[in-house]
Amino acid sequence: MSVLVYVEHAEGKFKKSVFEAVSYAKAIADQQSTNLTAISIGDVADSEIKELGKYGASKVLNVSADQLKTFVNQAYASVIASAAEKEGADVIVLSNSFSGKGLAPRIAVKLKAGLADGAVELPSTDGKFSVKKTAFSGKAFAITELTSANKVIALNPNAFGVKENAADAAIETFTADVKQSDLGTVIKEIVRATDKVSLPDAELVVSAGRGLKGPENWGMIEELAGLLGAATACSKPVSDADWRPHSEHVGQTGIAISPNLYIAIGISGAIQHLAGVSSSKVIVVINKDPEAPFFKVADYGIVGDAFEVVPKLIEALKAHKG
Amino acid sequence: MKILVCISNVPDTTTKITFTNDNTEFNTAGVQCIVNPYDEIALSRAIELTEGGKGTVTVINVGEAANDPTIRKALAIGADDAVRVNAAPRDAYFVAKQIAAYAKDKDFDLILTGRESIDYNGNQVAAMVGEFLDIPSVSIIKKLDVAGDHATIEREIEGGKEILTVSGKFIASCAEGVAEPKIPNMRGIMSARTKPLNVVDAVDSEQVTKVIRYETPAPRGTVKLIPADQTESLINLLHSEAKVI
Repeated sequence: MSVLVYVEHAEGKFKKSVFEAVSYAKAIADQQSTNLTAISIGDVADSEIKELGKYGASKVLNVSADQLKTFVNQAYASVIASAAEKEGADVIVLSNSFSGKGLAPRIAVKLKAGLADGAVELPSTDGKFSVKKTAFSGKAFAITELTSANKVIALNPNAFGVKENAADAAIETFTADVKQSDLGTVIKEIVRATDKVSLPDAELVVSAGRGLKGPENWGMIEELAGLLGAATACSKPVSDADWRPHSEHVGQTGIAISPNLYIAIGISGAIQHLAGVSSSKVIVVINKDPEAPFFKVADYGIVGDAFEVVPKLIEALKAHKG
Repeated sequence: MKILVCISNVPDTTTKITFTNDNTEFNTAGVQCIVNPYDEIALSRAIELTEGGKGTVTVINVGEAANDPTIRKALAIGADDAVRVNAAPRDAYFVAKQIAAYAKDKDFDLILTGRESIDYNGNQVAAMVGEFLDIPSVSIIKKLDVAGDHATIEREIEGGKEILTVSGKFIASCAEGVAEPKIPNMRGIMSARTKPLNVVDAVDSEQVTKVIRYETPAPRGTVKLIPADQTESLINLLHSEAKVI
């Protein structure tokens, strides 16, 4: 009985969402009075792996086979599942990231495990192992019991927070046989916009809608986001019109996010849009229509024309930052 | 090319979500159901890939007879035939097991799903089917090109994209960008009535999850309105009251 957390890296570095997953997995291990082991696959320096100790990983399995240098969904799932078996781990935690979403279901099938994806809280400890997870695109939560012996949980970014819990991470080399048939996908290229904050795990998000009238007006949105260190997002009509890329579309048919701060500019707040952003901790709405439905779910609001308010907000923010 | 597209029957995107029976069941009263929007994208791409006699598209749904209108909608969009596994879809594991059991000996070259259903948001079925069939799975793809038995795929990753190739049979879950959703035309709607919709029995599956109850998000307090000429107060509130900047 122990807890295993998969720590994904991007170009050899762990992101905040990984430390969050480790913090969460450590809390589960504490609930169950057991140990936490992490597993890292690919090229990560020992100094970076040691960082995982800060959040409670006392042991880290390091897998660095040549075929596993870049992400291969099928092979990574096999390695994580075999590590879980060897370690006797019955709870496997991942970050509900794009890669995590591909891995978790395969691991669950391999281990005949129930999977709670999009988890937002620690499992309950009232005898039933149940996890609160998002459902209906943010319009509800499902308290889901994992009735199987093994359990897989994919934690939503920003749901639990990073919690320090110092341990000394002992690094162990872990070797797993890689089947040729597990290597069916081959990465040709990774394109990452390094100058921008990634939206799914951003803490602050500035989002704009049709009220901006055209893609040429996004300069002020980018500027505001840049000053805040925020990611940019948009509503569905905006990405449908190709004013902004689909990857920025948040809402029921786009991505669901839960940042600490969501600033919605010129977005009326249709039910489909609200579904994707309603779990944001603080919502600010700027809209010239005082009847815009978004104001009903906002914490702070400014009724006014985006073209007047946003430049002033930028000035005020510059002044605040001194 | 033989393509299988997995479709889910979901509440229309404008649905207000409520629950009954002590918050243990989704309240379907008055709810309009649709083909899951992401599955429509997958279906539309499958139709594009097989147009002009280059192959066939079968849609599969795990559900009860009440789903048939949604399945007919998929046939109207352009699928050639449909299969319904006659069972209430318990969870993603159950659904994936049914789809895998059906697909196992049918020799599909490609299986597509939407990135997730807009009701349970699992994003689980594609990768689970991949695991049950022991074929590669690629989740949340933005672009799919197929040449012979070789496919080039763009997959979304945090802050960018990954371009990968895969040979042979595989399954992928499709997001926006893979295709423009097709709208059924009159001929499609007419022909959908007579296209085959086969009903098959479910296979046994272990129970691994169970929804105990649903909750709706806690309502927020009343919005604090700030005059448009006092943007500095908003910054101050976000800094000292909300403590988010």
